[in-house]
Amino acid sequence: MRPFDYQAPADAGTAVAAVAARPDAAFLGGGTNLVDHLRLGVTEPGLLVDVTGLLPNGISDDGGGLRIGAGVANADLAADPRVRRHYPVLARALLSGASGQLRNMATTGGNPLQRTRCLYFQDVTTPCNKRSPGSGCAAIGGATRQHAILGASEHCIATHPSDMAVALSALDAQVEVLGPDGERTLAFGELHRLPGDAPERDTVLEHGELITAIVLPPLPVAARSDYRKVRDRASYAFALVSVAAALEITDATITDARIAFGGVAHTPWRAHRAEQALRGATPSDETFHAAAQAELADARPQDGVDGGNAFKIPLLTRTLAGTLRDLARQEA
Amino acid sequence: MTEMLEHRAIGADLPRRDGAEKVRGTARYADESPAERPAYCRIVQAPLARGRITGVDPAVAEASGGVLAVLTPRSPGGRGAAEQLADTSDAEYAILQDDEVHFRGQVVAVVVAETFEQARHAADLVEVTYDEQPGDTLFSAERNDLYRPEQVESGDPPDSSEGDVDAALEAGPVRIRHTYTTPMLHNNPMEPHATTALWEPDGHGGAGSLTLWDSTQSVHAVGTTVSGVLGLDPEQVRVVCPYVGGGFGSKGIPHQNVVTAGMAARAVPGRPVRLPLTRQQTFSLAGYRPPTVQRVALAADADGRLTAIANDVVEQTSRVKEFAEQTVLPARTMYAAPNRRTSTRLAALDVPIPSWMRAPGECPGMFAPEVAMDELAHELGVDPIVLRERNEPETDPDSGLPFSSRNVLACLHRGAERFGWAGRDPRPGERVHGGWRWGTGVAASVYPTSRMPVSEAEITRVDGRYVARIGAADLGTGTWTALVQIAADALEVAVDEVDVLIGDTDHPEASVAGGSTGINTWGSTLVAAAQEFRKRFGDTPADGDSARAGVPPNDAAERYAMSAYGAQFAEVAVHADTGEIRVPRLYGTFAVGRVVNPRMARSQLVGGMTMGLGMALHENSLFDPRTGHVVNHDLAEYHVPTQADVADLRADWIDEHDPHVNAMGTKGIGEIGIVGTAAAVANAVWHATGTRVRDLPVTLDAVL
Repeated sequence: MRPFDYQAPADAGTAVAAVAARPDAAFLGGGTNLVDHLRLGVTEPGLLVDVTGLLPNGISDDGGGLRIGAGVANADLAADPRVRRHYPVLARALLSGASGQLRNMATTGGNPLQRTRCLYFQDVTTPCNKRSPGSGCAAIGGATRQHAILGASEHCIATHPSDMAVALSALDAQVEVLGPDGERTLAFGELHRLPGDAPERDTVLEHGELITAIVLPPLPVAARSDYRKVRDRASYAFALVSVAAALEITDATITDARIAFGGVAHTPWRAHRAEQALRGATPSDETFHAAAQAELADARPQDGVDGGNAFKIPLLTRTLAGTLRDLARQEA
Repeated sequence: MTEMLEHRAIGADLPRRDGAEKVRGTARYADESPAERPAYCRIVQAPLARGRITGVDPAVAEASGGVLAVLTPRSPGGRGAAEQLADTSDAEYAILQDDEVHFRGQVVAVVVAETFEQARHAADLVEVTYDEQPGDTLFSAERNDLYRPEQVESGDPPDSSEGDVDAALEAGPVRIRHTYTTPMLHNNPMEPHATTALWEPDGHGGAGSLTLWDSTQSVHAVGTTVSGVLGLDPEQVRVVCPYVGGGFGSKGIPHQNVVTAGMAARAVPGRPVRLPLTRQQTFSLAGYRPPTVQRVALAADADGRLTAIANDVVEQTSRVKEFAEQTVLPARTMYAAPNRRTSTRLAALDVPIPSWMRAPGECPGMFAPEVAMDELAHELGVDPIVLRERNEPETDPDSGLPFSSRNVLACLHRGAERFGWAGRDPRPGERVHGGWRWGTGVAASVYPTSRMPVSEAEITRVDGRYVARIGAADLGTGTWTALVQIAADALEVAVDEVDVLIGDTDHPEASVAGGSTGINTWGSTLVAAAQEFRKRFGDTPADGDSARAGVPPNDAAERYAMSAYGAQFAEVAVHADTGEIRVPRLYGTFAVGRVVNPRMARSQLVGGMTMGLGMALHENSLFDPRTGHVVNHDLAEYHVPTQADVADLRADWIDEHDPHVNAMGTKGIGEIGIVGTAAAVANAVWHATGTRVRDLPVTLDAVL
């Protein structure tokens, strides 16, 4: 573990300037991921800039939607009555992640920026293009049960671990960012990037950019939404696959749908093709399976010393179908 | 027949004597032992499975802040070469003695620094170069270099054969032949292996003394091992361990960490050195349950009477040190059959050294036969409990000896009644409700009852109280309390008049807390010491009166086969869409002789069953043969059951009186709880889904 400097500036602008000024600087929020990585040697920043207490930590009404300060703890966000009522998928995603203690520490701004739990990324004795660009990918041909089936590259097959981010992806959230050049807003769906040949970059954020808020748009379809996480034990495990889904049914026809997948790609995976297959269709198991198949047509499972992850294709298909079936029943 | 104690305190539901200290956080564990100006030790590990160290350069690390010493291998030599060890006959302890790398994670350098952070930082700065060779790390039953060990860990022969199994299988008419596998598993006690070590050169009359505050299941085994390896007189080494945050066998045999701590302490005389292993390090340095491949064959007549039982086992060991798990034992003793065969073959690989993990042998060795019995029951169309009734042996099938007591059927019957087994629909895959597929399963448990040959206790009258001393261990199991109950009954006084001191080599030598022998051995020793004390000093002893006795041999062990038994019942729910497996109910009934303390016994049995649940569904050391290491080496990714996985889990026991086992009538309860659990769960998964999973852990992809 490399010694590092530590600063606790008085405001977010100063924090951004401090990080932007040093290429080896990093923001420290709840620390639930970064502190682990410091211990493991996965990252070795020379400067930590503590933004705890500098970011908005309230949830306010915003033109029919909600503006969530980046400093809001995951536990508080999950408990907010407006979130529970209008965006149940988000509350359930939050509650399916980590533990009570971690949710008290983890923040709205930090959660989507979690790094992959790829076993090899977290083990500095193995090559990893994400941790050490150009060193190779030890996960390919290794233990791949947790790895991607969508959007992976020959350089990286990691998955994004956040549950919350899958819900935000389905909800068409907006991300407000403060950077050295001022503020900007981007769609949540544009925040994360596929690995391609630069897996070291999880997101499109530039060095020094800090998420200050996440905005949920008014979204009636989200009132009937759910998050379904499938994992190897009942609690405290990352998703093998997960589904965030919202469904609107009018006169026995699906009039709107929002679908995103977790545990299958380098990003929260917005399932536009599945949504398209659902819109206008009659809700039935056949429809739901067809939607999954439309989205998973390009899925590429990984072999692995642990048996690989081909099971994720039928598992995700069945999880999506089951989730939609339950939502359709709720609707009725 | 052993003279039995009159039970007064034995059987009482007393709270832990050390409970308040633990709840308040004032109980000191090894890494928190009081120490003045402690230094910190960090191990540097080899990142390759096989090769030769060509050079170690400690210069940069030495120049790093706070570094006190860097120990390097004696070969190829250079600065900081470690001391020459006196006894390296056990290769596990030949630390830093040569330039060979036998497995990934091996100790290749050791750093001692003023702070934990400085030691960790400096450890990353030690430059080690290697001549890497291809590691041979892939375990497979198809390897052509499998060999038969001379014996298995228990001392039993690796193979056994009676009658003609192949002919019986040929004759049938009903036969089951399948291959079952259990994965590599790691013990993962909550408290990682840790030592605080202090070398005082002026101690022991100028010869030097080494004090080790170590987390161990046997202070005396640590003392004997470390003194032998370092070439010290046993009197020069004191080992102290009042509390252990779990061991599950991984702290039974001393491992490299404690020897390393001793070497590090000797490099900085007069400074206490703390060496806590990281969780990741425990995956390569503290033993594990080796993976097994078990080919089980059963043949039975149409009535379900077994005509043949065979278990041919292939399992993993390390090339540098042999460990032959006694997986074959349960198939030798559990059921009657005229034709029986077992065999043990090992694959010796460039992998970390396997060791004890809760019920070594019996645990994996009951999984395969107990699933096979379930398969046979289905094939025959008889209830699994009835099948076991029909194959209940009158005498021990292996030794021919009568049983001191064998109440496996009593456990099955009582368990069936309490679990609600009667009227079970035997058909698999037939019960769906609430979106889940439901099933139930049963399996039997066995674990041998034994007593260790060496232990001694001393009882002294002090200030009107009785103070017993014995170097026993409390792994969180309740020894501090249970031994008081036994000593009180042996002395025929109230528990309030008795103190029992444990966990220190200054006390008389005690055996390891392992193999479910702790209470059997230490209790028998205390009873002998109490008898000696009363014989010499009567009922009105004076202050200072003191008597010692060693553990009495158990002559009855020559005449009787002795084991604890149990029956485990599982109800599982398998999600109809996702295959997620939950265990809403797990119920175990055990026959374990007399229970010394019900609340602690229940805790041990429930704990064993919970660990068995983990073995059934979750635990799996993902070994990557390309790198030679376990890649899920932390508790985020090495899954053990969480609270949410453990629903209605209960254990109880029948009232069993066994006059042959020992004066207390105890059989040992540390391991029986884990034996059979995984088979019961796997059998229930089959009943729920119709899918027979023969490879652990049973995960959702197997039943999608």
